[in-house]
Amino acid sequence: MTRYVMVADLNRCVGCQTCTAACKHTNATPPGVQWRKVLDVEMGEYPNVERLFMPVGCQHCSDPPCMEVCPSTATGQRKDGIVTIDYDICIGCSYCAVACPYQARYKVETPRFAYGDQPTETEAIRFDEGRIGVAQKCTFCSDRVDAGLARGLKPGVDPDATPACANACIANALTFGDLEDPDSNVSKLLTDNTWFRMHEELGTEPGFFYLWNEK
Amino acid sequence: MNPAKFGRFGTSHQISWDWRAAANFIGGGSGSALLLFATLTAYPASPPLWAVLAGLALIGAGLACVWAEIGRPWRAFNVLFHPQTSWMTREAYVAALIFLLSVAALATGLALLAYSAGAAALLFLYCQGRILKAARGIPAWREPAVVRLIVATGLVEGCALLLLLQSAFAALQTEMLGALLVLVLLRAASWLHYRARLLASDAPQSTRRALAPAQLGLLLAGAALPLLAGGAALVLPQTVAFGVLAAIAAVLPGWHFKFLLVTRAAQVQGYALGNKLRRGHPLAQAR
Repeated sequence: MTRYVMVADLNRCVGCQTCTAACKHTNATPPGVQWRKVLDVEMGEYPNVERLFMPVGCQHCSDPPCMEVCPSTATGQRKDGIVTIDYDICIGCSYCAVACPYQARYKVETPRFAYGDQPTETEAIRFDEGRIGVAQKCTFCSDRVDAGLARGLKPGVDPDATPACANACIANALTFGDLEDPDSNVSKLLTDNTWFRMHEELGTEPGFFYLWNEK
Repeated sequence: MNPAKFGRFGTSHQISWDWRAAANFIGGGSGSALLLFATLTAYPASPPLWAVLAGLALIGAGLACVWAEIGRPWRAFNVLFHPQTSWMTREAYVAALIFLLSVAALATGLALLAYSAGAAALLFLYCQGRILKAARGIPAWREPAVVRLIVATGLVEGCALLLLLQSAFAALQTEMLGALLVLVLLRAASWLHYRARLLASDAPQSTRRALAPAQLGLLLAGAALPLLAGGAALVLPQTVAFGVLAAIAAVLPGWHFKFLLVTRAAQVQGYALGNKLRRGHPLAQAR
């Protein structure tokens, strides 16, 4: 069995948003839509304040609330744990968006471009009508993972089989891999470090782990 | 870990469902309960045509509002694909069943079909409550007590609307008025239970503030006033105005509450750091 997960090392993330840019470039998301984004978090009260950067997005839960509520079966889950959306079936009811505890889903009603009403040359080439009026979110770059696997590459190790955000991270804070493989990079990171998952109390079993050292 | 780090941050209002979604809960809840009470009060005969048509119109108007909100309206039939787990799919099936049974009852005059439509209407109301509860991203909706509150609110609205229609088309039934007063108390109790659970939960402060007007609405305008007016109507049955006032006072706060719940109190919970740091491979811990 395979379960692809992402590990974000909060001790390493510098908040450069390179992952955000890489995701936008790879997946051609419109303005206002960030399948991967990095939160700039300030905590505590003066003078005892801390600041950290927290990458967020679809957590590819084992028990995804979005899939449970989806009335059209557009939201699905692959055997490798990646949560998907079939844009051809989705009716755009946004039930998944209000069911997702991670604010990971977006719906764009009309085409939006970076500079006004007209798309840039790149946007015109990459515009996908199928994403208008339906739910969209991070796919863990499943097309890259599949293409890489077809070429015999290993997701999380070979860049051509790894999500763009993890490839682009300058601080090596994002790591993608197979949780079921005890020798994978993510398994080693989670074995050797302290970690948490967001909103675990909701029983979603997120596939996004945060490494964090207690201070 | 520093406890200060446990808190959630980045809470914002959901922008996916707006007044059109609220209209479905208002119209669907009122219409289905109206159909239910019209059936119950007509027993053993068939419910009056005007009551059935009013109930169906309200349910249909609510569903039409939702249809206007979805991004791909011409794929609306795909809503029927996931009855295994989706309460939205189940609501759609039950709605279709209500319309089919009601039309069949009107066409054949068979009271049994009308009773079946009334039973399906109660199921529709329950589906609406479960739709909200299944939205795990919104603390005000996922609170389990919301199901009881949505059902109670719908029952009050349906009963009150039937009273209003009765006052226009037929004589006002004191039994119905008595039932309304009991339901109003039931709704107030459901609200207090829901509110207590919400205040004890980790719902955002903005959610609590948004729902504050419902406290006055459901208890004062929506319970005390109907009880006073309804009590006066029971003592003075010849004065229809008291009964009408009680019904109006019962309906409006319920609609207002649903509007608040869907459009104003629907804050997402935000993000958070985990409150429990773990060490070791997750699968080893699971085993």
